[in-house]
Amino acid sequence: MKQTVYNVTFGGVGGQGIIKASELLGWAALYDGYHVKKSEVHGMSQRGGSVESHVRFGKRVFSPLIGEGQADFLLCFHADEHPRLKPFLRKGGVDLAPFLARAQEMIDNPRCLNTALVGRLAAYLPIREASWQKALETVFPPKILDVNREVFAKAKALRDK
Amino acid sequence: MAKKSTVKKSFLSGNEALARGAWEAGLKVACAYPGTPSTEILEALALFPELDVQWSVNEKVAYEVAYGAAVGGVRSLFACKHVGLNVAMDPLMTSVYAGVNAGFVIVVCDDPLMHSSQNEQDTRWVGIYGKLPILEPSSPAEAGAYVAEAFGLSERFDTPVIVRMTTRISHSKEDVAVGPRKEQAAKKLEKDMRKYVMVPGNARARHEILEKRLDKLRAFSEKTRLNKMELKNTAVGFLTDSVTYQYLKELYPDASFLKLGFLYPFCDEKIKTFAARVKKLYVLEELDPFIENHVRMLGIKKAKFKHPSYRTGELEPGLIGPLLAGQPKKIKPRPGRAPRLCAGCPHWSAFSVLKKLDLFVAGDIGCYTLGALPPTSALHTCICMGAGVTFNEGLRRAHPDGNIVGVVGDSTFVHSGVTGLINAVYNRARGIIFILDNSTTAMTGGQNHPATGRTIRNEPTRALNLKKLCEACGADSVDVIDPHGNVKELEALVKKRLAADALSVIICKHPCVLLKR
Repeated sequence: MKQTVYNVTFGGVGGQGIIKASELLGWAALYDGYHVKKSEVHGMSQRGGSVESHVRFGKRVFSPLIGEGQADFLLCFHADEHPRLKPFLRKGGVDLAPFLARAQEMIDNPRCLNTALVGRLAAYLPIREASWQKALETVFPPKILDVNREVFAKAKALRDK
Repeated sequence: MAKKSTVKKSFLSGNEALARGAWEAGLKVACAYPGTPSTEILEALALFPELDVQWSVNEKVAYEVAYGAAVGGVRSLFACKHVGLNVAMDPLMTSVYAGVNAGFVIVVCDDPLMHSSQNEQDTRWVGIYGKLPILEPSSPAEAGAYVAEAFGLSERFDTPVIVRMTTRISHSKEDVAVGPRKEQAAKKLEKDMRKYVMVPGNARARHEILEKRLDKLRAFSEKTRLNKMELKNTAVGFLTDSVTYQYLKELYPDASFLKLGFLYPFCDEKIKTFAARVKKLYVLEELDPFIENHVRMLGIKKAKFKHPSYRTGELEPGLIGPLLAGQPKKIKPRPGRAPRLCAGCPHWSAFSVLKKLDLFVAGDIGCYTLGALPPTSALHTCICMGAGVTFNEGLRRAHPDGNIVGVVGDSTFVHSGVTGLINAVYNRARGIIFILDNSTTAMTGGQNHPATGRTIRNEPTRALNLKKLCEACGADSVDVIDPHGNVKELEALVKKRLAADALSVIICKHPCVLLKR
């Protein structure tokens, strides 16, 4: 059965680019014609607090929050935060935690971790490549666009071990 | 997927969508003091070059400047967080009597669960207390649409209008249809003393007009599509507002709804009609029993309400099931990382000295509130903006010889600390006031303020000199010191000033570490 709404939970620690990652997915879904909602709390994230972002897209989305056991995908940027975030994942949902270490190896600049994780996520989602490319252009300034495109493509093309 | 649409869409937060909607509605002047979760409204408005936008010194000033512009004849907006509105309540309460000329909208962002606040007061009560209409969007897209609506209503009913948001709406994003700006012709400024000079004789007449206006608003509330009845399966009906509507729609798409977008004054007849049409009626809202109290007053017997344990914090999808089952709230703790002062933050040095000298430190609102957390644990009160200064005085009135000092940030000092300093000088208080000057409004993300010498658009302006200001207030001494990596010198200075029977100001000046990024 074709899913009506996709739920993706992002989490980690302030300064890891989590908001940017969820922004990238949000724009890609928007360009692909979906209704999108994204929710986060960033009150004190700049001070190293936990950061959590929820992105939901589909034909029609109501709640901006994903309930426990409802996430189809979990993108955790920091191993310490994983136990806290794990309850969001639904039974049979995809946890990208095993990919975290590979993503870190894959990139030269730690600031690209967010793009690597979203690139991996892209391999699972029905969003078209053109929409991803448009989203990358929207979210990243020209100076760092090419390096992010590269990381995104590499992560998306990887095969799961 | 890919449905082609001709509508131009953007991915906007509730705050950005609200700013966009206000701009499209012909807004001219906007004022605010930064405060999470409302800060991004002014930041987004500042990107439109045709607008006159400012960071004001505090919320009272912001309110008065924006309201003055509306009386002057152009559409204007004041934005604040819930506790910011407390500072602006003085002008608010009487501006409702006088009314407006061009549209005036008050945007208030509440913070259920206190993601970044000192309380979770519920602004909806201000509708009753202040006697003015409240619109409540439930999503970012609605925030943009409702603010435009609010400007029209403000002019039609000659009243300030509140648009009430919450963190969940301000800080969530959605694809939002964007359109062109509709310019509004400026209205004539007339000398209408009976309307704008609120001396008793005039204000008595205005109060009568205000009560009649509320009747008209009540009638409007019955008709407006902002109060939307969605009758589907009538076995269950939800009377609700704000983001709670979205959670319920998600979980019970086939139920019936009465969604209060024009929250106050209430649409009594519509509520009664809805109650009669549905078998079971649930009244669901975040925080206080605002709608609940009114429904009880209407005597609707079948209405079911939430357990009082849900009056604190946010609602979220996972809580709705137990809530409807009548169970008290059970919070599953999901411990996150606590925020702390950044590595390299200049406040570390100041707090390490305060801790070492084992002083009682009165504090208030800003990054330096984090000085209360381990490892420094060197801040002992935090109630409201500016109170670092006044609490030093109050505590010393109880303990004249206590080892008591006060800390306040640079932006907070300008906001409401300086009045406390003048009071301390005037009433011969003693102690040390530390202005922890990191040259920005750091906690809300680094906004300019009068002492940075830059405007909201980062344009140069005349900089307020904090040292001269404190001297002019009459402090016995004003020292400026760079605390960063200079702990010994700072400690010696603090000891010297503590030993003097005087009112001292020590400005610890070093820029916020995030400013360089």
